[in-house]
Amino acid sequence: MSDNTISTSAPRDAQWREELRKATPVKERTAIPRVKMPELDPAYRVTCNEEVNQGLAEEAAVIEARRCMDCPDPQCMTGCPVSINIPGFIKNIERGEFLQAAAVLKETSALPAVCGRVCPQEKQCESKCIYHKMKKEPVAIGYLERFAADYARNSGEAQAPAVAPANGIKVAVVGSGPAGLSFAGDMARRGYDVTVYEALHEIGGVLKYGIPEFRLPNEVVDVEINALAAMGVKFVKDCIIGKTLSYDDLHEIGYKGIFVASGAGLPRFMGIPGENFNGVMSSNEYLTRINLMGAGREEYDTPVLKGCRVAVIGGGNTAMDSVRTARRMGAERAIIVYRRSEAEMPARVEEVKHAKEEGVEFMTLHNPVEYLADEKGRVCAMRVQRMELGEPDASGRRSPVAVEGAIDEIPVDLVIVSVGVSPNPLIPNAIKELEVSRRGTIVVSDDTLRSSVNDIYAGGDIVRGGATVILAMGDGRHAAAAMDQSLTSL
Amino acid sequence: MNKILEKEHFSEKVVKLIVEAPAIAKSRKAGHFVIVRACEHGERIPLTIADADPDRGTIMLVVQDVGVSSHKICSLEPGDCLTDVVGPLGQATHIANVGTVVCCGGGVGVAPMLPIIKAMKQAGNRVITVLAARTKDLIILEDQVAPWSDEVIIMTDDGSYGTKGLVTAGVESVIKREKVDQVVTIGPAIMMKFVAQLTKGYDIPTMCSLNTIMVDGTGMCGACRITVDGKTRFVCIDGPEFDAHKVNFDEMLMRLRSYN
Repeated sequence: MSDNTISTSAPRDAQWREELRKATPVKERTAIPRVKMPELDPAYRVTCNEEVNQGLAEEAAVIEARRCMDCPDPQCMTGCPVSINIPGFIKNIERGEFLQAAAVLKETSALPAVCGRVCPQEKQCESKCIYHKMKKEPVAIGYLERFAADYARNSGEAQAPAVAPANGIKVAVVGSGPAGLSFAGDMARRGYDVTVYEALHEIGGVLKYGIPEFRLPNEVVDVEINALAAMGVKFVKDCIIGKTLSYDDLHEIGYKGIFVASGAGLPRFMGIPGENFNGVMSSNEYLTRINLMGAGREEYDTPVLKGCRVAVIGGGNTAMDSVRTARRMGAERAIIVYRRSEAEMPARVEEVKHAKEEGVEFMTLHNPVEYLADEKGRVCAMRVQRMELGEPDASGRRSPVAVEGAIDEIPVDLVIVSVGVSPNPLIPNAIKELEVSRRGTIVVSDDTLRSSVNDIYAGGDIVRGGATVILAMGDGRHAAAAMDQSLTSL
Repeated sequence: MNKILEKEHFSEKVVKLIVEAPAIAKSRKAGHFVIVRACEHGERIPLTIADADPDRGTIMLVVQDVGVSSHKICSLEPGDCLTDVVGPLGQATHIANVGTVVCCGGGVGVAPMLPIIKAMKQAGNRVITVLAARTKDLIILEDQVAPWSDEVIIMTDDGSYGTKGLVTAGVESVIKREKVDQVVTIGPAIMMKFVAQLTKGYDIPTMCSLNTIMVDGTGMCGACRITVDGKTRFVCIDGPEFDAHKVNFDEMLMRLRSYN
């Protein structure tokens, strides 16, 4: 499992790859238009929770894979936070070896079926594709990643990764989101005795409570979790490290290493008047009620407020998930209110496109300044400040500036605040020796992800403050490699 | 899955449960709560831990049958299981020897008060407990609080037991007769609001323990947010105990009606 095996599984100089390159002239490859993802009809999909993207058929995947020119110096890989061997898996699709393609993915990514669905490919791998230089659309790397992972899952032939003989060393994982799961998988493969602790009653973290099923079906996540369980990973639900079990308790149980991947817990609010009125809530609350607790479905007890006119504040993926969920919950008007312009929106391009197709309105360059309520305290309107773009700020995006006097009032009966999250303070509060940044994130060394406490490593949003699934997953892998090295060199 | 070992009816609508939860029984302190899910499709609701037995590995919960989820929990019998119990959550009560402490609990709020009464007494305080309810049948845990209290005052709205009158009258009678250094109040939000108003007039530090709507109980959703001293606070991680003189009870009362 050393790092140098990762990129050599499907080497570029393998005979089959050389033959494949020669088989189709470049001109023929570049003449193929980028594949379109088959999608459910917007009118139908707002009535249900079914996955919008239907996935590529085999034939379409092979044709799309043919577009990839198998560059000698593939820039796509530099755009991938975990440097997946992208041409290696795509060329396997082109030659029809779909399980091989999935195996190449699995070497670097613990959750390819998830990343193929939720990664912002247009900002990562696909942004570096050689096709951009030809003023053409990039190879659909994300679609192909998803295709290979889904094929392997549905084939039933996907091989369980080889597990090294048990070494008897116990390690604990705090949190079962993408960082925790990828760490658990890598350590189990190395022969460690791995236990994952989850605070909620479901395994999967943000993949379950946050991302809706129309974007990432729970079944896709469950298959990955079951595969880990088959590798010997133990899962403990309803257990909060730092509360139910202390750091000392973990030592008493015999854990030699602890990986903290507790995520970005706390929803941010804007601190404007009326934000605590009924009907104003965080996207975390809205999505958790619906995705995790089943609110809105007949047989579930958890309630959720429904709105006819729903405003979602923010321009990220969680905002898109919330606004599209609101449409599915029956909102007549569902509006994104975002203080910058569409060009600065952090959401994936595809989510914005899907939201628009589903009838979501976009009120960009507007910022809420106050909420108003009826006599019962239920929000009934919001006052929004019109904005214009000024100079670029620290993030490099042009910062929004209020247009003096330009305030509108719009009727709303539900407001979902989706302006970001702060790190969960539970672990830092419980383990006082842990060095924490001013923002509340756990401070770790860049190369090992080891914290100021020797046996505690950390990764994902509790370190990054709010990032992506792929970065969290990459952290899990890096921490596993570093912890393994430290524990075996003792 | 957490098995229910014992069940006792305090009144028609109020049930005491002894629940298996060894890790929580060991780690909990006065003031902590748990999140409970009664069944697979159930809600997550917060319940304060009324007592615990670390040797036996059990916690005591007192539940009032007031809605869908509490009704489901109250319908369970010994041998049945709660699908999920997670905790202990929240900040533990700050216990110190301050002198004389009046602990006033209303209705089912007496249950979360029990461990605080115990801890206050063990810390060396003079503890005067005021138990209040609408009527005699709804006065709970009198025998359990008595050994830890220097005095127990019972107040009922209808005068069927103890003194007729509201909890505030009971608390004020103590304040008028002797020096009170701290008041702790747990019960319905409206009761705590009036206790806070009363003690503010006498400038006596007062702590309340709040029970708001929650989903995860770990700071993730913000459903439990309230305003304390003009700032938004999360009851689940910043509380559940706050300076009663600084809590915006009117806003809390409004937010408790979110789903009514």
